[in-house]
Amino acid sequence: MTEPLTLDRLPVGESRVVAAVGIPSGDRLVRCRLLEMGLLPGTEVRVVRRAPLGDPIELRLRGYALSLRREEAAAVSLRPTDRAEP
Amino acid sequence: MSAAAGKPRTVLLAGNPNTGKTTVFNQLAGTRARTGNYPGVTVDRRTAKLDFAGHEIELVDLPGTYSLTARSPEERIAVDAIQTHAPHACVVVVDAAAPARGLYLAHQIAETGTPIVLALNMMDEARSAGTEIDEAVLAKRLNAEVVAIVASRGEGLVALQQAVVRAMERPREPLALAFDEATTRDVAEVAASVPFQGDPHAWAVWALLSFGADELELTPELDGAVAEVRARAEKEGRDLDALLVEARYAVVDEVVAQSVRSGARHRALTDRLDAVLVHPVLGLLVFALVMFVIFEALFTGADPAIGWIESSVGWAQEFVQGAMAEGPLRDLLSQGVIAGVGNVVVFVPQIALLFLLIAFLEDSGYLARVAFVIDRVMKGVGLHGKAFVPLLSGFACAIPAVMATRTIESRKDRLVTMMALPLMSCSARLPVYVLITATVFAHEARVLGLFSVGAIVLFAMYALSVVATLGAAAVLRRTVLRGPRPTLVLELPPYRMPLLGNLVRQTWTRVRSFLVDAGTIILALTIVLWALLTYPHDQPAEAAFEERRVEAQATLEGEALEEELGAIQAEAQAAALEYSAAGRVGKGIEPALEPLGMDWRIGVGVIGAFAAREVFVSTLGMVFGVGEVDEESVPLRERLRSAVKPDGTPLMTPLSGVALMVFFVLAAQCMSTLAVVKRESGSWKWPLLMLGYMTVLAYLASLLTFQVGSLLGWGT
Repeated sequence: MTEPLTLDRLPVGESRVVAAVGIPSGDRLVRCRLLEMGLLPGTEVRVVRRAPLGDPIELRLRGYALSLRREEAAAVSLRPTDRAEP
Repeated sequence: MSAAAGKPRTVLLAGNPNTGKTTVFNQLAGTRARTGNYPGVTVDRRTAKLDFAGHEIELVDLPGTYSLTARSPEERIAVDAIQTHAPHACVVVVDAAAPARGLYLAHQIAETGTPIVLALNMMDEARSAGTEIDEAVLAKRLNAEVVAIVASRGEGLVALQQAVVRAMERPREPLALAFDEATTRDVAEVAASVPFQGDPHAWAVWALLSFGADELELTPELDGAVAEVRARAEKEGRDLDALLVEARYAVVDEVVAQSVRSGARHRALTDRLDAVLVHPVLGLLVFALVMFVIFEALFTGADPAIGWIESSVGWAQEFVQGAMAEGPLRDLLSQGVIAGVGNVVVFVPQIALLFLLIAFLEDSGYLARVAFVIDRVMKGVGLHGKAFVPLLSGFACAIPAVMATRTIESRKDRLVTMMALPLMSCSARLPVYVLITATVFAHEARVLGLFSVGAIVLFAMYALSVVATLGAAAVLRRTVLRGPRPTLVLELPPYRMPLLGNLVRQTWTRVRSFLVDAGTIILALTIVLWALLTYPHDQPAEAAFEERRVEAQATLEGEALEEELGAIQAEAQAAALEYSAAGRVGKGIEPALEPLGMDWRIGVGVIGAFAAREVFVSTLGMVFGVGEVDEESVPLRERLRSAVKPDGTPLMTPLSGVALMVFFVLAAQCMSTLAVVKRESGSWKWPLLMLGYMTVLAYLASLLTFQVGSLLGWGT
């Protein structure tokens, strides 16, 4: 087993389900912001693209587009989508 | 409550950013909209007294927010409005194409007991994407009135007004959230200390989530209760933040599942546009092109209007000079008041142009992409992607640039950007560079036989300004504005065609706010500065000059007379300036200026330049007795070249010229910038800190340049 996949390392075009949202760079309020923006355990999320300079990334969740820096995205761990499971 | 008499009933207008909330407000309010400010913060307060189906109401447009958690000034205002005023109803504008996040906010407001009206906006867009919404289910589950609207075309607005009236008649029934046993106990404990209007459980959840935010002000009792409950939850290993947010999203997700069928063609156009607009290569080209347009517009687009304003001011001054009898009142009016009004109005073209462009970018959805594309670069110096447009605008003028920092959400990010950007070399510094370069360097001087020395010096000054700006931002971020590392949590909204009416309204709001708030300070400072440069008068000297004039008129005629009168006038100006308060201050600070290679005359120029940096040139013209000049003036250059210091050495050498330019790059030589920073930061603390740090920085850098240069023998 490798360590669990985090959102910053999810390849462009792929979808996963959020397993847990950690505290990005120790700032609890940023985590609250992510939660309130709908990035919750159980939410399906897809990486749409990276910005032209490689960071931040664009995500699709709950029918809208959200952009996060990779440091913030690293706090979000993922599990396979329900559809992808055998 | 009777509908006919008494105060109008308060109805709030809330919603996520990018949902067309502003359009809804404009359509409902029309010309009855009133714009003001919330005390202490730079958020516009827009209200309108309206008649909804025979009911008098006051509609209050809240800032666009994603939730009520008090993290930003905008969010705090939205919270205050509900906590303290117990509104009669709240319209929540929701993007019909992606309703989940909007419903989260709506649910949060409904928990307080405020009756809500869901305005499903852009229903046409949602329908054509294939989205269907069951309004009846939404209404039932959220205990709300629900109306589908297309605000941009005015569709559904009458129905919306009727829905507001029905909502106001509803009993206040707070929506409840379901938690596990321990969390229910936590919420109940905090609720006992809640002092606000509305359901205490809702505010308990709010306080638990908002705890620790900069913008949060709680009563000591509530603060204590929240801290205690949070500490206990942590000890028990319960993730309170996630539990509270998840409980609300659980309801929202269930409601969405029951009432919304999302269309397959959702965001199809936006996806196609983004394939180009944020493409790895094309995206950067588009970005560069858009930034160039902004830059060009600020640099040259506003010129005709600025020229027109300047000549109107000149005309008005001449008119007053001609129409009034000589005396202090005439001078006050023409040199103080009219010049001051001119100093204010002259910024309007650039402000209006910049905000028209920003409003267009924002409403179209591209402004979020600007931040997305350039964030990587800004992150390096501790800034936010949204700081780029303000910094770029700083090359043209710090006044509109400081105002443009409003697009940055976090207050700390906003302040760092605002405090650093006046170091960007604005266009008003250019005349100073031109005059000094032309004075101290020979026009034909070349480096390596290729580059003109003037061009290299100019480039060096711009490079210094950029390095200083980014360095100052990094230092401010680590010192006075220390805080958690700035983050980017940015929605990329769908692209939409902006409405001209909205653009014009937003632009006017900014211009008005500048004229009213910053304008009065600039006017007052102009008059003070004018008085410093004018008073006290040296009566005997003036009488002597008058005698010489009379004598010249008696002995000379024609061109010779004109020439002699001009010379006397220039000499009189120089003498008056030397005698004035500013002249004395200049002489007083001369010992401090000597190590920089300057003398009191340059000091007076520096004082005069507080009105605006380019005024340095005309003040030098007066102090050196050359009369009215611009930076191309050959007599002024010659006078500067021949000027000597008390020890007989030349005043202006290449080295002292460069030291002076370094001073101008870094010094906060602009009272209008200070005035607008006062306005945008809400206190005098920030402009004073800016004046302090920039002056110290400028002095030290200029000192270093001159002293090190002298040691190396470049002084001659």
